[in-house]
Amino acid sequence: MHIHFLDPYRSGDSLIHRLDPRVKFVLALAFILTCALTPAGAWPVYVLLFATILAIEILSTLGVGYVLKRAILAFPFVLAALPIIFTTPGAVWLELGIGSWELTISLPGLVRFLSIALKSWLSVQAAIVLAASTPFPELLVAMRAVRIPRLLVAIFGLMWRYLFVLADEALRLNRARAARSGNSGQPGIKAGGDLAWRARVTGGMAGNLFLRAFERSDRIYLAMVSRGYDGEVRSLPLPAITSANWLVLLAGLVILGVLLSLSFLFGS
Amino acid sequence: MHHSIEIEHLSYSYPDGHLALQDVSLSIKPGEKVALVGPNGAGKSTLILHLNGILSGEGSVCVCGLEVSPATLGRVRAMVGLIFQSPDDQLFSPTVFDDVAFGPLYQGLPPGEVAARVEEALEAVHMSAYARRVSHHLSMGEKKRIAIATVLSMKPEVLVLDEPTAGLDPRSRRSLIRLLGELPLTMLAATHDMRMVRELFPRMVILDEGRVAADGPTGVLMEDVALLEAHGLERT
Amino acid sequence: MFFSPTAMHIPDGFLSVAVSVFLWIVSIVVVGYALKRVGKDLGERQVPMMGVLAAAIFAGQMLNFAVAGGTSGHLMGAALASILLGPWAAVLVLTSVVSIQALIFQDGGLLALGANIFNMGIVGVAVAYMAYHTLRKLAGGRKWGLYLGGFIAAWLSIEVAALSVALQLALSNTSPANLAIPAMAGVHALIGVGEGLITVGALAFLSTARRDLVEAGEAGPIKGSLVWVAGLLIALVLAIASPLASARPDGLERIAGQLGFLDAARSSRSQIIPDYAFPGVSNTALATILAGMIGVLIVFGVALAVGYARRSVRRSERRSERRDHQVSSK
Repeated sequence: MHIHFLDPYRSGDSLIHRLDPRVKFVLALAFILTCALTPAGAWPVYVLLFATILAIEILSTLGVGYVLKRAILAFPFVLAALPIIFTTPGAVWLELGIGSWELTISLPGLVRFLSIALKSWLSVQAAIVLAASTPFPELLVAMRAVRIPRLLVAIFGLMWRYLFVLADEALRLNRARAARSGNSGQPGIKAGGDLAWRARVTGGMAGNLFLRAFERSDRIYLAMVSRGYDGEVRSLPLPAITSANWLVLLAGLVILGVLLSLSFLFGS
Repeated sequence: MHHSIEIEHLSYSYPDGHLALQDVSLSIKPGEKVALVGPNGAGKSTLILHLNGILSGEGSVCVCGLEVSPATLGRVRAMVGLIFQSPDDQLFSPTVFDDVAFGPLYQGLPPGEVAARVEEALEAVHMSAYARRVSHHLSMGEKKRIAIATVLSMKPEVLVLDEPTAGLDPRSRRSLIRLLGELPLTMLAATHDMRMVRELFPRMVILDEGRVAADGPTGVLMEDVALLEAHGLERT
Repeated sequence: MFFSPTAMHIPDGFLSVAVSVFLWIVSIVVVGYALKRVGKDLGERQVPMMGVLAAAIFAGQMLNFAVAGGTSGHLMGAALASILLGPWAAVLVLTSVVSIQALIFQDGGLLALGANIFNMGIVGVAVAYMAYHTLRKLAGGRKWGLYLGGFIAAWLSIEVAALSVALQLALSNTSPANLAIPAMAGVHALIGVGEGLITVGALAFLSTARRDLVEAGEAGPIKGSLVWVAGLLIALVLAIASPLASARPDGLERIAGQLGFLDAARSSRSQIIPDYAFPGVSNTALATILAGMIGVLIVFGVALAVGYARRSVRRSERRSERRDHQVSSK
């Protein structure tokens, strides 16, 4: 009963898998930045960006379906932006009468909303490809390379290591509670307790989890000290980035730069 | 008169594809004490989690005459008391009393009844003095007993245990075995502790690679050394 | 997302680049400082402890309880972390949680990560810290201070973080302010209750199991005062800014709103504060938020005043005790 399915990494041997994680990391961020900077309404560029990420997804052999399915998970947030189709002033696109209300969908509002949805959808695909094609330890390397403080990276690393262990414990706490959540079957008695009680029980479970985590961290610290840990985080120097990877990085940035410049021609 | 546990052709695969149970069938009569043995990874814990609906696979699982389904989970969980391997996962309330009271409280029983049940359950595991103690500070043996109490307070018909003696020192183990012997409930225990199996469980089911490899009287199966070895077990 | 407790993790594409970059800078500065402070306060234990506790918070977000009709409540954890670990360590822990959630689980965007760290790891923590310590001082060490403090700290951490999110969405022109703010504030006022209850439950458990852990997180008044002030400032700024951004007086009239909306000649400023308002959302929501915020401020004002009064009373009490040669016990 392990929560393996939490880990999004899918092993493979594609070109994308084999790219240096630092290059992938930077390109993924650059892609997301490009999406963010592309003005609303620059449809041709959005299409090209989609084509780009789609090509990468295909190259990565992760399965386009897999990526797109995961990308849908960010979808609900789009609803937060929905109102702007009504509230952005400008040329009227559609008038709706619902009862006594008059709702007007404006063209600029619609353009803006769709652009936001596209930006979001494209960005999350890039993040998914990155996470699915790169084992976590390599992502830590990438983080070090972009100068994220060693201490923070070390904390991430330990967090990752114990994430699954603790998630397992959380799952078992949930199960243990479920196992004792019965229905007496006596008429007139409602099972479940009241909301406040249930929340407090959940809090107790959280406290339990924390406490065990805390004590576990003590044991981990002792193990580290026993192997010479003195508080300073030391790691092997990062290997040099191969020229092939530099090329890919350069090519990627150039392509994104071109797309971005193009977008300013199209955008409003 | 229904069986306490009736499993028919149960199969289960984990989300990652791993086939954990294959066509498992098992019937347990009220009052029977059955041991579930087998190597690690055989599917013992997986099977146990089907008995109160935490997992659900293909095939049918009936407890006390009731088919385990989303609609009956509430009743099933009141009738089947599941005790997990690690008591730390089960003791999540500030005090022992709170933990033992959880089951009856959840069921919505009146406070007087809840208190009575807690007292009875603690009495049954010989830990009446521990009601105000903090679960976290107890020893492993004490925690295991409290964990049993947390389930007994629901007055289940069946007790299902996952590795009850794992991690116990000889004294705690002895006292736990004695306790289990005292409880009159129908019992199914997944365990590696073959000596306990001999002592407490007249019937033994050997599970290996998700299948039932053997199901019969403990005395008989224990003599079949070849069978035991074939399934990663040792004769004791 | 699987384990996301609230609608607080902003994905990419929703914040303007300006807002994202600004919040990144703030987050980097604060997290950088937190790294230094934690290094000083905790020393070498910090890596395993922060790492494992970050994992615990992440895992803790998987614990849920049934609310109603299939929905469930979860823990975010900023308040609990802040209470147990102190503010700076909590910042690091929450930063780790939010970062991994974004990077690995796409819960929140990568460009928007700066904003998410700010909202949950900084605002959430600062406000919780302020509330918790204020209430504990007010209670003068009595038990109810722990629980009420925990509850309010947790509630505020959610509510104020939600307001922060809403303001950022409004400033980015992604969501109209007079909708985003009431909506976020309203929904999270309820979610905050869940967070409060879970936090109280956790504190109850930990108080009995390991009282020392609960006490340890309390930094002395001098050490934590920066955070305390920051927390109060953040809460005040958001409290004042939200109702302001949410509506202009003349925009609250529904009819004027509809007319104003169709008017083509608009200044860009009014885009942030559109005149159009969904009926029923404007007045009551605004009033509720205002009342809530004012109420909170009043409580803290009172708490501060009482805190000061107590301190001076205690000081004079101690003086008189010493004079009477009595042994004072805590």
